[in-house]
Order: sequence, then C-alpha cells, then structure tokens
Amino acid sequence: MTPDAAAWDALRLSLWVAFWATLLAIPLAVWVAWLLARKDFWGKAVLNAAVHLPLVLPPVVTGYLLLLAFGRTAPLGQALNALGIQLAFHWTGAVLAAMIMGFPLMVRAMRLAIEAVDPKLEDTAATLGAPRGMVFFRVTLPLILPGVLAGTVMGFAKAMGEFGATITFVANIPGKTQTLPSAIWAALQIPGGERQAVMMVLMASTVAIAAVLLAELLARRVAARIAGA
Amino acid sequence: MSLSLTLSHRFADFALDITLEAGPGITALFGRSGAGKSTIINAVGGLLHPNSGRIAVDGDVLLDTDLGIFVPPHKRRLGTVFQDARLFPHLSVSQNLMFGARYAPRGSSGPALKDVVALLGLQDLLDRAPATLSGGQKQRVALGRALLSHPRMLLMDEPLASLDGPRKQEILPFLERLRDGPLGLPILYVSHAVDEIARLADTLVLIQSGRVQAQGPLFDVMADPAAVPLLGVREAGAVIEADVLAHGTDGISTLRISAGTLELPGVHAETGARVRLRVLAQDVILSLTRPEGLSSVNVLPVEVEAIHPGDGPGAAIALRANQDRLLSRVTARAVTELGLRPGLKCYAILKATTVAPGSIGR
Repeated sequence: MTPDAAAWDALRLSLWVAFWATLLAIPLAVWVAWLLARKDFWGKAVLNAAVHLPLVLPPVVTGYLLLLAFGRTAPLGQALNALGIQLAFHWTGAVLAAMIMGFPLMVRAMRLAIEAVDPKLEDTAATLGAPRGMVFFRVTLPLILPGVLAGTVMGFAKAMGEFGATITFVANIPGKTQTLPSAIWAALQIPGGERQAVMMVLMASTVAIAAVLLAELLARRVAARIAGA
Repeated sequence: MSLSLTLSHRFADFALDITLEAGPGITALFGRSGAGKSTIINAVGGLLHPNSGRIAVDGDVLLDTDLGIFVPPHKRRLGTVFQDARLFPHLSVSQNLMFGARYAPRGSSGPALKDVVALLGLQDLLDRAPATLSGGQKQRVALGRALLSHPRMLLMDEPLASLDGPRKQEILPFLERLRDGPLGLPILYVSHAVDEIARLADTLVLIQSGRVQAQGPLFDVMADPAAVPLLGVREAGAVIEADVLAHGTDGISTLRISAGTLELPGVHAETGARVRLRVLAQDVILSLTRPEGLSSVNVLPVEVEAIHPGDGPGAAIALRANQDRLLSRVTARAVTELGLRPGLKCYAILKATTVAPGSIGR
C-alpha cells in the first residue's frame, strides 16, 4: 500500500503553498512585530487586533471574507485580474490564505524576540555612527534570529495544516488547489478512502516533525553563537 | 575643541536646568545618583530629546529646540562609553571593535585598529566573545570601540562604577594615557566617585538636584570650602601636584610640593614623575605653633584664606601653602578657640597615611 498520485500531488502543492506563504510573510511579520514591540503610534491597538483576528475568527469566516474581497466579482479581485493576478480558486489564493492564517503566530514569536533585545544596544550602535537601518540589520536582526526562526516554523506548520480558510477561498480542485488537509478531508468522504487518508496523515506528520526538529537545531546554533559558547 | 550646552528637562520627580562649558581635557560631572548626570550625557549623545536647550560642539549645533534642530545620534560623532559596556553579544571582540570603525567618516583622522589594540592591551582578547570577558575587559573593549568610531569627543557615563577596586585600577591608567596621549580627545566624564575625578579630571562640574552648583579647574573646585557639602564631608579635600624625589628602602617616598616636602607611603610612580595627591580635608589638622615631637613629619606652614561654616558643628578652612591650596575640616568650636581668621599664619599637619595609594595618580 503506497500513496497514490493524488496524495503526492497534494503533498507537493502543500509544500509549495507553505513555502511561498512563509517566505512572503517573513519580512512583513518582522516589520509588524518591530512596530508592535518598539513603536508607539496611533492605531497600534487596532493593528494588534487586526493581526490577531485570524487566530480567533473561525477559519471559514476568514476564507469567506477573502472570497468577498478577492472573488471574481469583487472590485479588488477584478482589479488584480486585470493585472493578470488571480487569487480565488487558484493556488496563489491558497498562499494568501495560508499567509494570513499563519501571520499572527509568526508575529507573536518575533515580537517576543524583539522585546527581549535591550534597546540600549540599539542606542549604542547609533552613538557609534550606525544609521537606523544598519542598526536593525547589524544588531537587532542577528539578535532576534532565533525568534524569527521559531516564528517561521510556526508559520510554515500553520500553512501546511491550513484547511478552513483555504477550502472556502480556493475550493478543493485536485491537482490545482487541493492541499494535503483538503485531500485528507476529501479521502475521508469516499467509502474506502481511509487508507489513502492514513498515508497522507503520515506525510503531514513527517513534514511537521521534520520542520520542528530543523527549527530547534537552527535555533540552538544561533543561540550558541550569540551566547558566545 | 569645546562643548557648550544649555538644557532644561522636566521629569516626573525633578527638573534639570543646566548650563555648562567643557573645553579640552577631561571635564568631570560629579553628583550623587539621581542628580541628572546621565540625563546630560544622553542629551549630548542624542539619546534623549530634552524639553528645551541648545548643544553645540565647536560651533556645530547638535540641538536647538528654539530653531527645531535635532541632529540624530548617529550623525553627532560623539563616542559613548556606558557603565554597562553594552558590547554586541553576537559579535566577537574584534567585530565589536570594527563596528565602531565601520561607521567612522571616510577620511576622518583618528586611531587605527592596531593603535587601539596596543593602547588598551586587547591583543589576547580579539577572538573572544563578550560573554567570556571580565567587567574590566569589557569596558576596555567598549572604550576601544568608541575610539575607533573617530569621535570628536568621548562621553563616559560612570565607566568604572560597576567595577571593583582592582578592576578600576586596571582601567584608570588607560584613561590617563588617553588624556595625556597624542589623541588629545576631550572627554565628558560622569562619575559619583571623588577618587576617580581627583585622579582624572582637568575641569570639574558639581551638580546637585539638576543644577550646576560649581564649575571650574579641578584644583580650584576641590580646594573650594563651599564645595565640601557637595562632595561630602568625608570625601572633600584638595588635590595638589607633587614631584616624586626619592623612594626610601622602608617604603616611604619623598615628594616635593611648593610649600615643602612630604613623606608618604605607597607611591608607585617613578622618581621624577609628577603625581596628583588627594589630601582629605578631615585628615588635615591645624596648629598655631610648629608642633614638636609629633609622629607625623608632614608639617606645612600655611595661611588661612577663608572659613566656611557648615550646617553642623564643623567648618571647612581654606588654606594656602605657598603655590598650593589645601582644605581642612575642623569643628566650629576649634575655630573660636584657635581664633582662626583669614590671614592667620599657622601649621597644617598631614598624617603620612593621609594620602591613600588609590588617590595617587599620574
């Protein structure tokens, strides 16, 4: 008993979607985490709530809101369509859904890491002549790297596992938008589909465990370098 | 090279209102904790935006709240050494040093890496991580890093306060070298330790509750009887310069000052060197006649210049010993009984142990 072609397709698509969702979310998540940790501005509470919304809303609601915003009849969706960008019922939409669902987890981990950096170190870098951007890239970023890694793994795992928002926004088209969770769900709907479902559950578990182990290993290396051990 | 500053800043619990000038050499800001010293350093460095004020270095305006000028810290070119060394934990010692050099303006003059490494004795530390360094070593690296950014002026905020006695002694000679060496970098030095200031400073500014109470050349301010309550009655005392004449085999050295010679233990400077002596006011005894048969041999003829009654039973007496000035602290009763008055000639007795080894510098 081996996974069938549809299962491999679903795994491939899930990895692809999760990869892009995480990669695109990292810079934005670092920036938002930095804003929330270091800056005081009007509307900070609103931004914080907006970031966390996908965590507390039912995923199907998030998916439906995405459909309302980016669907083929929605103004935003039409505008993007004119530029040749299609999101609804397309794998790119799955990337967007995964990004949004994983975003709060990424921001939380990164914000904690940034808050742990002593602002005095950043001040000191400035007194040595480093402009703001350089202070971030040479002092803040290296120091928060373990937190960024932790957030990235959380985001990736969430993206791999995202189901509700994805299936609502991009449906469940085998070979096109059928991610691993969608495929597992679909397999469970067919009599005798449990075996394939179990195969895919094993796939999903393997990827999740591998990601966590890899992140742990990287975080330890980075932490050891920072501690100077 | 000069810094001129006027600042006023209101905190929840106190207000800072300061005007001061700092020229070449080391200008020390002295005051108790909470007097506002660090606020001044942070405002000069650009890490604090004061309510109002003006700061200029050599006519280059860094802050003018009336004109809306605020030069950000990275453009001020003022190297800062903090009490906690603040080395970057993810960088090695040499990378920390190069962080300073990286942003030094192109074509700016200042020491090169090898000069700083030699000056501060960092040869064996270059590959180490900050976490493995002792407090004194960290402070030397922080100092080197600041020097390599080629600052116009060095700001030091209690750089020795978190170090114990021996570690302090490890750093002080480097600061003296910096003051006397070819770099000739002006330093604004914040401290609440009178011994450090007596040893290092050229100019002294006394700050209390956010205000400047006295400022001037170190030797003048230290010899001012009005400064006694500001420095603390146990810490107050004149600083005088002396030439080391000879070292005895019994550990006692002979030093010459303008009013005569002193015999003191624990002088480590070489023969012929010029050293600073800190003579605590509470260790100077006055006598109307030249005392005979005394265990101390350090007796100097002096003239009373001023009498400054304290709040309690004590009084501070300003004395002139030829070119030098001394301070003595006696009781108000003794002032009456001895008939001390300005112009009176008498004798000051200094115990040989008066001058602690830590107080002797340069």
